[in-house]
Amino acid sequence: MKNEFILKKIRRKILQLVYFSKASHLGSSFSCVDIIFVLYKFFIKKKNIFILSKGHACLAYYCILKEFNFISSKTLNSYGKNNSILMGHASHKVPGIIFSTGSLGHGLPYGTGRALAEKINKTNNTVFVLISDGELNEGTTWESLLFASFHKLNNLIIIVDYNKIQSIDLTENILKLEPLNSKFKSFGCITKIINGHNINQIYKSLQTKHKNKPTVIIANTVKGKGVSFLENKVLWHYRSPNKTEFKLATKELA
Amino acid sequence: MRDIFIEELILATKNNNNIILLVNDLGFGVIENFKKKFPNNFINAGISEQSMMGYAAGLAAAGKHVFVYSIANFPTFRCAEQIRNDIDYHNLPVTIVSVGSGVGYGHLGYSHHGLQDYALIRSFPNMLIASPGDVMECRACVKYLVKNPQPSYLRIDKSSSYKIHDKIPKIQPGKWVKVFKKNKNQDSIYLTTGATIQYTLNNFFIKKKHDLYSLPLWGMKYKKNQFNYVKKYKKITVVEDHFQDGGFQSWLLETLNNKFSKTTIISKSISPKIVGRVGSAEYLMKYLS
Repeated sequence: MKNEFILKKIRRKILQLVYFSKASHLGSSFSCVDIIFVLYKFFIKKKNIFILSKGHACLAYYCILKEFNFISSKTLNSYGKNNSILMGHASHKVPGIIFSTGSLGHGLPYGTGRALAEKINKTNNTVFVLISDGELNEGTTWESLLFASFHKLNNLIIIVDYNKIQSIDLTENILKLEPLNSKFKSFGCITKIINGHNINQIYKSLQTKHKNKPTVIIANTVKGKGVSFLENKVLWHYRSPNKTEFKLATKELA
Repeated sequence: MRDIFIEELILATKNNNNIILLVNDLGFGVIENFKKKFPNNFINAGISEQSMMGYAAGLAAAGKHVFVYSIANFPTFRCAEQIRNDIDYHNLPVTIVSVGSGVGYGHLGYSHHGLQDYALIRSFPNMLIASPGDVMECRACVKYLVKNPQPSYLRIDKSSSYKIHDKIPKIQPGKWVKVFKKNKNQDSIYLTTGATIQYTLNNFFIKKKHDLYSLPLWGMKYKKNQFNYVKKYKKITVVEDHFQDGGFQSWLLETLNNKFSKTTIISKSISPKIVGRVGSAEYLMKYLS
């Protein structure tokens, strides 16, 4: 099956799980699902490490773990039900996930420590950390960048899901993150700017490491990508679709 | 006591290259020997306690036993959520070493006083608290933690070199250690945790009348056997350099749960009146009431 079809199928599943459990974070899951897909399809083999720091996009993660057989359909369908292991934020109780997140600004410090350990242990493993643009408000993000570039952690690849919408407003109306590229560069990182929904661009950006600097990939994304009326709307950070919206969205993803 | 900690850590690192000492730009005059001997096992995270705990978790997940060294409030309240989510929840071998327990940094003021740290740390299900009463208990605690890596909190006095045990005592979580026993069939005893043994002996004149025990290893996981200790006595006076609320005596009371005990448990803990006061540790311990 072609990647585009698989990703449509995954988006349909995310939509369905959000709808039936009346959960949140549909927009956040749709903005980063392509990135997680490429990571798992090509890069997260036995040894490389992935951390979803924006734990609220866990449904994208859980659906991809199902796609690559880390969890069963039965487990995936337990989402939102009592006693399910699938928490509403990424959880290490789920096979395939090593680090629980949910509180923002935790994934990158953990990934940075992990990358340092991989260096000390002289492995060739790469640590991939996917963070949200909202997490760029957190001090721990910038502290970790200082630390990672000081320790020359070229085995650390940070992907920013830059959908430009946080939980209740646009990033530019909250703390205005721009100029982002030069900020990362000034912290000693190598940067790449890509379209975060283009499979080839995602793949290429993840393929190479710098010789002694951490990499930051600024992935320009669209919150709610894939369904026209979900796209670029603050509303769809928290909102769960009603029956009409669910039907409409399913049709668009057919 | 902090020098003893470093001495023991150096001994342990000679045999275990996975030990890492991580600091937040603190430890001047203390950590140099370790750094000199094991430069590859020493990391200065900079003044960034929250991220430091995240780094510690990441290092620990890759097989390191990380000792995070800092002062009282900095490796605890400043990064409470990182301890809760990243270390304790993931059950990772990180030992938080908090120096200057209680009012060790008396003159530096409230920001540097460790008066509520037990309350925070003992609310985490996997955390083992290691609170030695003298340098020999400190050695015992470090040896125990090195042998049993787990989420843990080593709370040590700043500069005391007080020694009461002749040799390194055998310690286990939840096990009371005999410090001073003179009388048979004692009804009324003293129980301490942390570096309060010296103060207790000097100020409560107990040598002639009472026995004294120390409990250096405790925590949420280790409440089971306390009733069996408590029920032996009519009166136990619990001494700690911490507020009563959320402290060691509160923990001991909680261990009894609803079990009926005729024992009276008295708290000698630091009064909240201390907040905003400065002075030497000896002076501030007078707020123990």
